[in-house]
Amino acid sequence: MSVIRLENAPSIIGYAAVVGRRESEGPLSDDFDMHDSKEKFGMDTWEKAESEMQRVALNLALAKAKLTGKELGAIFAGDLMNQCIGSSYAAECSHRPFFGLYGACSTFAEGSVLGSLLVERGVFAKCAVLASSHFCTAERQFRYPLEYGGQRTPTSQRTATAAGAFILSAEGEGPYVREVLPGTIVDMGITDINNMGAAMAPAAYDTLTKYFEETGKKPEDFDLIVTGDLGKEGHGIICDFMKNAGYDMSRVYNDCGLMLYSTQTQDMHAGGSGCGCSAAVMAGHIMKRFEKGSLRDMLYIATGALMSPASLQQGRSIPGIAHLVRISAERSGE
Amino acid sequence: MNVDKQTYKKYVASRAPASPLVKDMFLAFVTGGAICAFAEGLYNFYLFIKIEEETVRTLVPVTIVFLASLSTGLGVFDSLAKFAGAGTLVPITGFSNAVISPALDDKSEGLVMGVGAKMFTISGPVIVYGVISSVIYGVIYWLMGVLL
Repeated sequence: MSVIRLENAPSIIGYAAVVGRRESEGPLSDDFDMHDSKEKFGMDTWEKAESEMQRVALNLALAKAKLTGKELGAIFAGDLMNQCIGSSYAAECSHRPFFGLYGACSTFAEGSVLGSLLVERGVFAKCAVLASSHFCTAERQFRYPLEYGGQRTPTSQRTATAAGAFILSAEGEGPYVREVLPGTIVDMGITDINNMGAAMAPAAYDTLTKYFEETGKKPEDFDLIVTGDLGKEGHGIICDFMKNAGYDMSRVYNDCGLMLYSTQTQDMHAGGSGCGCSAAVMAGHIMKRFEKGSLRDMLYIATGALMSPASLQQGRSIPGIAHLVRISAERSGE
Repeated sequence: MNVDKQTYKKYVASRAPASPLVKDMFLAFVTGGAICAFAEGLYNFYLFIKIEEETVRTLVPVTIVFLASLSTGLGVFDSLAKFAGAGTLVPITGFSNAVISPALDDKSEGLVMGVGAKMFTISGPVIVYGVISSVIYGVIYWLMGVLL
């Protein structure tokens, strides 16, 4: 797969991020539109709470774009729950064409790739991209019960309680989705669910080096390169490997999983993860930076660890994926 | 990536920070010991209030299981276990928590398929293999009695 350049770059005309308690206590606290300290969003189950969080994120993004749900050509949404129910229940009352996606933590970029391609090719005038994850739903499904008394390893990441939404439009004042590079699956044999950063880093490396080789660009050509939740381990691994390949990313690189929480004061081990992690960082913090003008051109590479509880129990290794989206304040130029 | 899977695995293992074993073992020793000392205190207390020794032997584990279940329900057990580690896992408190925590989580799926079916997802294997090994030991014990 090669880099797809979007000549009529779609504009991100609305965005919103909704988070839980710990996320609202983190360093990006001021950048989120809403949070619920109880993390139930007025619902009686965690699954309903996640859907509600995603629904609120969509409505906030629509309101900011001064649109109603009816004006959306389609919704691209995903989460971590079995059969993607977080998203389908969230989109239920919108009555718009709906595409449920599963890309684990890469879902927000996956949706942004698909949504921006279809908007650019004129299939939809406007569409919404959504992703969410909830610590309590993910923990139940992938790990242990919430009140189970266990210890986590230093390399484990915490699933973020967060949802993010983008509204993409053929017309708008930016920021623009200029280029996309859909990722391929890379599996380097990592089987440890408590070290997902190591499982996903090879996929991020694969996508990033393909992008730089093909476009001839260098990391320093961008204001920021951000990966979607590789955490502390993955961050270190990707820096090492990129350096060996001749790309020094140290000055412009950060990771959503490390940005969402304070690793010093919040006891989050290797950082955040989950579809909602990079979705909320992008639709909250990063978009605010574009608004302020402190960010002009950036690469967003969201990585996903595509395992299931069954595949882990069967001892299979974790396949990783990384989709790249270039977002820029300018619609054209280099 | 221009490394093979084995090299990559070795590299990942070499850079991953290890769990603080000495600290973990120390905390497990102190908290596990404290729980056992507390149980011993309970034992003596029950004897002191003139409960029969045979009943006390049942009453002490029942009390500890109850306290662990209660603290799980109140949401404090997991915070304690985060520091205590094996200190709360190994005594009967760990077993109690392993039964109650899924029961609490899965009540949203109803009393039958939720609480009833999923209550033993963590403790189930312990019960199954505990019973099987006790049968095996029983047979060995019986054989030794017959042969020796």
